[in-house]
Amino acid sequence: MAAISLQTETMAEEVKLFGTWASVFSRRIEVALKLKGVQFEYIEENLSNKSPALLKYNPLHKKIPVLVHNGKPVAESLVILEYIDETWKHNPILPTDPYEKAMARFWAKYMDDKLLPAAIKVAMSKGEEQKGVIEEIQKQLKTLESELKEKKFFGGESLGFVDIAANTIVWLVVAQEALGMEILTEEKFPVLHGWYQRLVDDAVFKECMPPREQHLSFVKVRFGSSTPSK
Amino acid sequence: MAEEVKLFGMWASPFSRRIEVALKLKGIQYEYIEEDLSNKSPSLLKYNPVHKKIPVLLHKGKPVAESLVILEYIDETWKHNPILPADPYERAMARFWAKFLDEKLWPAAKKVALSKGEEHNGLIEEIQEHLKTLESELKEKKFFGGESLGFVDIAADIIFWLLVVQETLGLDILTEDKFPGLHEWYHRLLDDAVFKECVSMERLLASFKVRFGALTASK
Repeated sequence: MAAISLQTETMAEEVKLFGTWASVFSRRIEVALKLKGVQFEYIEENLSNKSPALLKYNPLHKKIPVLVHNGKPVAESLVILEYIDETWKHNPILPTDPYEKAMARFWAKYMDDKLLPAAIKVAMSKGEEQKGVIEEIQKQLKTLESELKEKKFFGGESLGFVDIAANTIVWLVVAQEALGMEILTEEKFPVLHGWYQRLVDDAVFKECMPPREQHLSFVKVRFGSSTPSK
Repeated sequence: MAEEVKLFGMWASPFSRRIEVALKLKGIQYEYIEEDLSNKSPSLLKYNPVHKKIPVLLHKGKPVAESLVILEYIDETWKHNPILPADPYERAMARFWAKFLDEKLWPAAKKVALSKGEEHNGLIEEIQEHLKTLESELKEKKFFGGESLGFVDIAADIIFWLLVVQETLGLDILTEDKFPGLHEWYHRLLDDAVFKECVSMERLLASFKVRFGALTASK
């Protein structure tokens, strides 16, 4: 800890991230900061006992993640990602071309507006309802597969904005294992499966993943009672 | 023409109108295609196969969907008369507030419109909480964008739809005494040369009265 405070005293800028270890949104910000080699102080929040600092920096939503840069807070993960990309311009995570940027924003929005709510629903439902949600998710995954096509990552040759936003899929894979569901399988989604392997093998991305065993337990505890009988 | 710009929209959609405001603010010529949402054109389905929704902007044959995504595309493609600030922090704030409008205010306003005159109370208070938040964000500024109309003002066009709903259903939600700042702001917007070309309160009111008139709550 002493090393960090020394850094913040002597550094030109101060970057803090308020997050939680198992939050898909929080982890996105860690990936972006690490991709750009931005030093930051990380504050783990207890969501059942939010810190005064968090409530001060995000009074409207009272949620993590919040990035505080030189004392100024930014909330909402996709907004934070764009802020990071525009502030630290090396190793860009968004494309430069306006049309490609628009496509990246469209697909990141798709992850949050469609995939994420469905992923939460699937974890909380059971029986016939769960089967229906699984089908819905699989349709979405098919859509994502055709968007990915032959590319290494959604961002092309390297991990980009959409790949970071698509970390939801990694959480989905954890949930399917923890709760005994079959949603994203290699046979049904060979292209996406390949992408997923590349993502979790990526040096930066894997540093930012919640520890697997803990993550599995976390999901089991949170959603476990709705596990369907197989 | 050097470039071809088409907008697939629907006159009564605030999302569609946002794009018209942005294009007009930048003086961009475009062809407008009015969609019948109960009978969507093959073009719309081709250009937005994922969501099948309007608005869709077509620029040189390439489609962009999702109104806030389109607004940013327009701002980055035609760089004069910018609608987003230049500073990254100010941009983040603008994006934050636009998101707030779409994710918090709009769903609540829609719920009130569909609540058919019953069970309004919780919703009205919720909307007023959001309006209070917006009022303190606006503060002394002329527009959310500062001296001139910007990204957040364009996204806040949904407030006009709220005004139409409140008048149609005879509700008191956004009133001058409760929200003097917002009240002044929307009058400024109604006076704005470009904005008033794109949002017709009279036409919306007439249409909403037909749709919701039978559901007017007794006061």
